[in-house]
Amino acid sequence: MLRYLISRLISLALSLCLASMVIFAVLQVLPGDPASFMLGLNASPDTVAALREQLGLTGPVPIRYLHWILGMLHGDFGISYTYRTPVADLIAQRAQVSVPLTIYAMVLTVTIALPAGIIAASRRGRATDVTVMGVTQLGIAVPNFWFAMLLVLVFAVQLRWVSSGGFPGWSAGIWPNIKALTLPAIALALPQASILARVMRSSLIEALHQDYLRTARAKGLTQGQAIRRHAVRNALIPVLTILGLQFSFLLAGAIIIENVFYLPGLGRLIFQAITQRDLIVVQSVVMLLVAAVIVVNFLTDLAYAAVDPRLRSRV
Amino acid sequence: MTLLSVQDLTLKIRRTPILHGVSFEMQPGEVFGLVGESGSGKSMTALALMQLLPQGAVAGGQARLAGTDLLSLSERRMCALRGNEIGMIFQEPMTALNPMRPIGDQVAETLMIHGAATRRQALRVAREKLDRVGLTADRFPLSRFPHELSGGQRQRVCIAMAVALRPKLLIADEPTTALDVTTQAGILDLLKGLVAEEGMALMLITHDLAVVAGIADHVAVMEQGRIVEAGRTEALFRTRAHDYTRRLFAASSHQPTRRAQATGAPLLQVRAARCEYLLPRPSPFAAAPRLTAVKDVSFTLHAGESLGLVGESGCGKSTLTRAILGLDPLQGGEILLQGAPVGPLMPRAQRAGVQVVFQDPYGSFDPRHKVARLVAEPFHLTPAQKPEQRDRVAEALTAVGLLPEDADKYIHEFSGGQRQRIAIARALIIRPALIVLDEAVSALDVRVRAQILDLLADLQGRFGLSYLFISHDLSVVRAVTDRVLVMRAGEIVEEGATEAVFNAPGHAYTQELLAATPRIPKGWLATE
Amino acid sequence: MRLPLTLILGAALTAFFLGLALLSFVWTPYPVAAMDIAAKLTPPGPAHWLGTDTYGRDVLSQLMVGGRTSIAVALVAMGIGIAGGVPLGLWAAARRGSLVDEVIMRGNDLVFAFPSLVIAILITAILGPGAFNAILAIGIFNIPVFARVTRGGALSLWTLDYIRAAQVAGKGAARISAEHVLPNIANLLIVQGTIQFSLGILAEAGLSYVGLGAQPPIPSWGKMLADSQTMIYTAPLLAVFPGLAIVATVLGLNLIGDGLRDLLDPRLRRK
Repeated sequence: MLRYLISRLISLALSLCLASMVIFAVLQVLPGDPASFMLGLNASPDTVAALREQLGLTGPVPIRYLHWILGMLHGDFGISYTYRTPVADLIAQRAQVSVPLTIYAMVLTVTIALPAGIIAASRRGRATDVTVMGVTQLGIAVPNFWFAMLLVLVFAVQLRWVSSGGFPGWSAGIWPNIKALTLPAIALALPQASILARVMRSSLIEALHQDYLRTARAKGLTQGQAIRRHAVRNALIPVLTILGLQFSFLLAGAIIIENVFYLPGLGRLIFQAITQRDLIVVQSVVMLLVAAVIVVNFLTDLAYAAVDPRLRSRV
Repeated sequence: MTLLSVQDLTLKIRRTPILHGVSFEMQPGEVFGLVGESGSGKSMTALALMQLLPQGAVAGGQARLAGTDLLSLSERRMCALRGNEIGMIFQEPMTALNPMRPIGDQVAETLMIHGAATRRQALRVAREKLDRVGLTADRFPLSRFPHELSGGQRQRVCIAMAVALRPKLLIADEPTTALDVTTQAGILDLLKGLVAEEGMALMLITHDLAVVAGIADHVAVMEQGRIVEAGRTEALFRTRAHDYTRRLFAASSHQPTRRAQATGAPLLQVRAARCEYLLPRPSPFAAAPRLTAVKDVSFTLHAGESLGLVGESGCGKSTLTRAILGLDPLQGGEILLQGAPVGPLMPRAQRAGVQVVFQDPYGSFDPRHKVARLVAEPFHLTPAQKPEQRDRVAEALTAVGLLPEDADKYIHEFSGGQRQRIAIARALIIRPALIVLDEAVSALDVRVRAQILDLLADLQGRFGLSYLFISHDLSVVRAVTDRVLVMRAGEIVEEGATEAVFNAPGHAYTQELLAATPRIPKGWLATE
Repeated sequence: MRLPLTLILGAALTAFFLGLALLSFVWTPYPVAAMDIAAKLTPPGPAHWLGTDTYGRDVLSQLMVGGRTSIAVALVAMGIGIAGGVPLGLWAAARRGSLVDEVIMRGNDLVFAFPSLVIAILITAILGPGAFNAILAIGIFNIPVFARVTRGGALSLWTLDYIRAAQVAGKGAARISAEHVLPNIANLLIVQGTIQFSLGILAEAGLSYVGLGAQPPIPSWGKMLADSQTMIYTAPLLAVFPGLAIVATVLGLNLIGDGLRDLLDPRLRRK
């Protein structure tokens, strides 16, 4: 188990390292001189030189890369060119919206999808199953930001239950914020929950055909007992894989959804940074998003080991 | 008093009839053997008794267990009965246990599900039962997971699970078919012992007549959903009243007539061959450990000879086969075919010297190609013009007893036996000096197997072929080879003329193998 | 053999929107960029079947031309995924367990860590926005998807005896991959292709919605939704039509995928 953990940790570090190199190469090396890129075509050579100095762009590429990485490890993400504040502060502030939103959506996804998938598989071919399959088929086809707009249309414009967007901030207490994040989280969760419910269903149906289920039935378990005690846990393994992958879709989705609800999260930050050519901010936020996906994949690997004894004892 | 009385049991899956009025009786404490080829309906009979039939299956007739008709019980009452009054074990022990739960849990579950014990008591009984089936506490604590056990050990767990509540009837569906012969002997002994101790009746379903001969009190022979003959084991074996029974018995002890071959020069020479492969690294920094699958193996196969290679699973015979076919490199020693070295890089002309027939008649052919293209594949090694290829495909198909017109069909149009004929045609088409038969008849039913063995003997006589016959089945090897090699743990432990080795095995392992092989008592099959 | 109902339904839906998009090359009810400020925000009616937008442009015409963009981007991105992923997957499977396999699979994992939105952000940050970015971003994300599916399918084939028979017949890994492996996983790839096609349409819509996709004056479904958002109080229908077009096209493609899976699945066919 310890060996497995170590090997996963090494692969985690390696992935982070490679990902950071790719991002650094794309944003700092490919455009040529980032300083003149950020200032646009009309900048005077003096201002470009000054900015280059300020951004620490004077050294050779490997040194600059190391500088960036070491800085990030210390919580120093550089100074935003447009906001004139440390990028770390900007990110910390915006993450207060994006992180809870993603987690909220993830929780909704799992709590909706797993029961729906299990019920559909146990009632295969009956009305419940057909309904779940129909709804999820539609859920997969709906773009989350359009669904978000429809939610606004119905609950904010027509029913006026909630405001159509904005975020009060955590100082205003928990409930107003939960309320503000609920529609975005539902919009994010619907397509992913549809996918996950279908995976859960087919994985459970697959498990129902395994020999060990017949063994369990031969011991005297009812079909329901056999499903609960033997099939569900085995069926969770492919579900975990998909859930791990879905995190990146939820994260990307959250970035888009923030625009629908005017939420001041990382998504809004990055789109503003792109239009203002604030490469330092783009680079830091992208690195953070990618790192989050890689870390979640690492956690998925650990979850496998927790669920599957074969993996636990191997190596 | 009769324990189980099956009257006129019928079964249909959707519209297709599977069982046509099966009737038999079992007494308490007796062993009842149900014998038949694949598709004869023997497993379906068992599943009908358990009411664990596949979807769309409808059973009719009666099956009374101690007076209660199983077929008319509600699902709820059937659940109370399964595991409690009837236990069942299945063919494939590798997949029969839940990989996610420890074995102790799975055995204890039988008791707990029937409310027969608290968790603690159930675990204690599970311990006792595992001890009884030979899995002792020191090596097999209750916390072991199935993947840490071998196939034979897993089958023992299944047995412990099935007998935990001391059922009156145990149904065992091909319980040893997936196991090696020495493991099989252990499981059969265990079943015999349990029957004697617990006064439990055993219904043993198998295709293997020799297994039944050694264990059953009564036997029924099934063919196409009917019991064609039933009776006391010895009497049935001796009389063989029904025509099908006679054919089945004849096929199982079939001895192909082989023309004596003039053995010539050494064709295949294996000298001190060693094959290793790398296992997954235990940690990212450790060197990957090596597994030596074949250690220092040497033998010679002469032209025109039929050489057998026997061994149990994991003995290294598959690895050795790959090396002989030139698919994997050796880590030591050398293999020479017609004097030239064999390996992954050997030239095409050299590779054309050896062809192969595999075990699985279903996985051996690309389903998207027609037979003509499948059989012609080895022409990659010895290029020939299209018209000539076509003629030779027709010739090869004729030689294996098929029609030249079959070349235009797809593989799914053929039965298992016919596919094995096509596989032989493919191996034969470029007239290699050596044909490797890798468990080539192991997946076939006895009557088809007898036909294929005849064909192989006939082809050897006609074309002067040399065979390397690899198998785990000693009786088949005995019937068709001149010389035999016995392989164990990567080494050849015994080598000699087939009859000599089988009559007077020299090595302890060969003796163990032969002793473990079930056989029909001498005299039972004497022709009148 | 009877065609699955899902396949027929899916094909009909997809064909309808594909037909509209193709028709837009030769005919649209109004010139797509023609503004008629006098007729702005007209509700659906006989003159404008789906109404007009803030600038008085005909919504139906924009939908038809916008569909062209969405479908083209998703299709080309799928092509990139197949062209890049399938050979990699075949190669990894042929050299299973080797360093090549390891490098390809780790590389896959790395690309998987970059959601297509993030790739689009990176590309846009240095090249500026445009339909080409969307194609590239979605296409790059598709590569590891196809590589994984191909490798998975190919790995199970490489254990079969007919591959061993081809090896014994002296055929090399590349030839076996082309002759025996690829044709036998084609079903799998076709099904995955329809899935990636439909995901591509969703992704393209998302990217153009946030301004990283096709730029004005090229219309696209995502861009139409973004424009409609400011008008959501006054003209909610503007937000409904492009959304429905996306849902119907994606639904159609997914139904085709499900139907093909049923049709081509050998386990179902054998019965």
